[in-house]
Amino acid sequence: MKQSLTLGKVTKFMGLGFLSSFKDLFTGKLEKEDYKAFLRKVIVPIASVLLFIGLWHLGAKSLYNVEAEFRIEKALNEQGQAAADEMAACIASGDISCQPNTLPSPSQVWASFQSLLKDHALISADKAAFIEKTAALNEKRVAEGKDAIVYTGRPSFVDQIFRSLKTVFAGFFLALLIAVPLGIFIGLSPTLKSAFNWFIQIFKPVSPVVWYLLVFMIVKTLLIDSSEDSSFSISFIAVGLCSMWATLVNTSMGVSSVDKDYINVAKVLKLGNFQKVFKVVLPSSLPLIFTGLKITLSVAWMVLIAIELLAQSPGLGLFVWEEFQNGANDSNAKIIVAMFVIGIIGFLLDRLMLAIQNWVSFEKTDAI
Amino acid sequence: MAYLELKNIYKTYGNDENATEVLSNINLEIEEGEFVAIVGFTGSGKTTLVNLINGLLEPTKGEVLFKGEPVVGTSHERGVIFQNYSLLPWLTVGQNVYMAVKEAFPKKPKKELNAIVADYVDMVGLTPAINKRPKELSGGMRQRVSVARALSMKPEMIIMDEPLGALDALTRGTLQDEILNIWGKDKRTALLITNDVDEGIYMADRIIPLRPGPNATLGPEFKIDIERPRDKTLMNDNPNYKKTRNAIIEYLMDIGEERKSQASEEFILPDLAPKDFVNQFK
Repeated sequence: MKQSLTLGKVTKFMGLGFLSSFKDLFTGKLEKEDYKAFLRKVIVPIASVLLFIGLWHLGAKSLYNVEAEFRIEKALNEQGQAAADEMAACIASGDISCQPNTLPSPSQVWASFQSLLKDHALISADKAAFIEKTAALNEKRVAEGKDAIVYTGRPSFVDQIFRSLKTVFAGFFLALLIAVPLGIFIGLSPTLKSAFNWFIQIFKPVSPVVWYLLVFMIVKTLLIDSSEDSSFSISFIAVGLCSMWATLVNTSMGVSSVDKDYINVAKVLKLGNFQKVFKVVLPSSLPLIFTGLKITLSVAWMVLIAIELLAQSPGLGLFVWEEFQNGANDSNAKIIVAMFVIGIIGFLLDRLMLAIQNWVSFEKTDAI
Repeated sequence: MAYLELKNIYKTYGNDENATEVLSNINLEIEEGEFVAIVGFTGSGKTTLVNLINGLLEPTKGEVLFKGEPVVGTSHERGVIFQNYSLLPWLTVGQNVYMAVKEAFPKKPKKELNAIVADYVDMVGLTPAINKRPKELSGGMRQRVSVARALSMKPEMIIMDEPLGALDALTRGTLQDEILNIWGKDKRTALLITNDVDEGIYMADRIIPLRPGPNATLGPEFKIDIERPRDKTLMNDNPNYKKTRNAIIEYLMDIGEERKSQASEEFILPDLAPKDFVNQFK
């Protein structure tokens, strides 16, 4: 009983309250009056997901047919009836060489997902074997003062997810470190506010691509002597600069619009400046700061894909781009897999921020 | 020399053409240990007057003297109980009071500070709720925390800005008694701002009406000659009470009438009609 209670609390805290309804269903705890709520919270989302998959399946099928007919017609017009028959037979047989290249169906995407996981298992095994094989040699090289040999094989899909997460969190923390303190200073001082206002207004709407190019120009020169790959630094700095504006604006707004009553309390109690900022101003603007941070993290995750693609930094963005360039038979399906993975991770990141916000802030926010 | 003295106070908001004079020519003297109530309509400038005395605002003209010294900024000697409680919602009851105690007695060790907090929270009867946040408390409980916070700093003077305005009649009564109790214990000087004449008569030694603003100024004072401790039910039969109450209410009614007649300025509306709309019917 106690165990399940904590589980329910945790899921609710994370904004994943709907999960506990499932648990109630399986443990048979559902009361009659909960039936309607259960219908709304569990059945309706499942039904809408199934409907979505169904529509997707039908849409993919009709696109497939359009493409197939076009190919057969083209063969007929260019090479005659025999070629057309051959093409039709080839498509029907499922031969890879003549499959129409269009929106993949849900089952194809699922198959690609599994093949990506298999691929990951394969690469991991390969990597483990490599590390084992080179362990003794590396020890010797390190003892001699040389660099250890590292695995330079192709990263798997899962590796790329983690690399993307690393980039997005590095960018997010960069944004946090710049935007929160700066926002506090801007919010506290009208002079700084007018000094920075034009700066914020002009740079806020700049596109991620341009930020990337700007960071590229600077970092490339700064790291000119370094032989290391600068793509990671460039991409995380660009992500951070792109996404920090929401936090900057929200923090300065939160700090400058603290309830006058609280400021009066601080004055009557004669709090020092330091105390006033840390005991009154910051706690009262935490909800707004966190709203900013939440937007920052979701913007960071969104622009990450574009920036990784430009920076050639390994990750989901590069994965999508390479699959698109690759044009293999299952490339489209892999792109859709990446799309879902990106979406789901974005959703989980948002919930993570919500959980942290509810944990540190006095105002409880409901999940949207 | 009076304990608190207001000399020819004027307070104006805004500049030049947009300036509104909220308070004009306010003169007030409060003796040590006295309980004075200022009664006025809403919007008559009561909060402005309070903020001038506690040091949150500066007068445009005139002087506020506290123990003979001009008031510059706020001071721990003057405790303030705000109209809307002004508790910090992210702190618990204990933490809200602790914050004030710590500022008032920065040199005392933590143990002693905690003891003071516990004392004052107990005094307002909130020990069971000491770890709750203001959101979890009722209005009356919140105001009690606010009282505890103001008193825990051991101020020499308590300034109350409509402290019970937002409470229901029953809670009001209990809190009035509690405040009187505390005031009676060590006879601090108290200034109560209120819009309730009965509250003023029950609690104060003197009542001074504030004539409504703009240009609010203090009216003639009414002394309350009823022995303490006062009893609410017995007081109703006290001839002195009836006389004073009627006098004050009559005075306030007169001001109200005066204000109404002043406000009967007519606004002439321009004679306008949509052009096309009129033409349609011609």
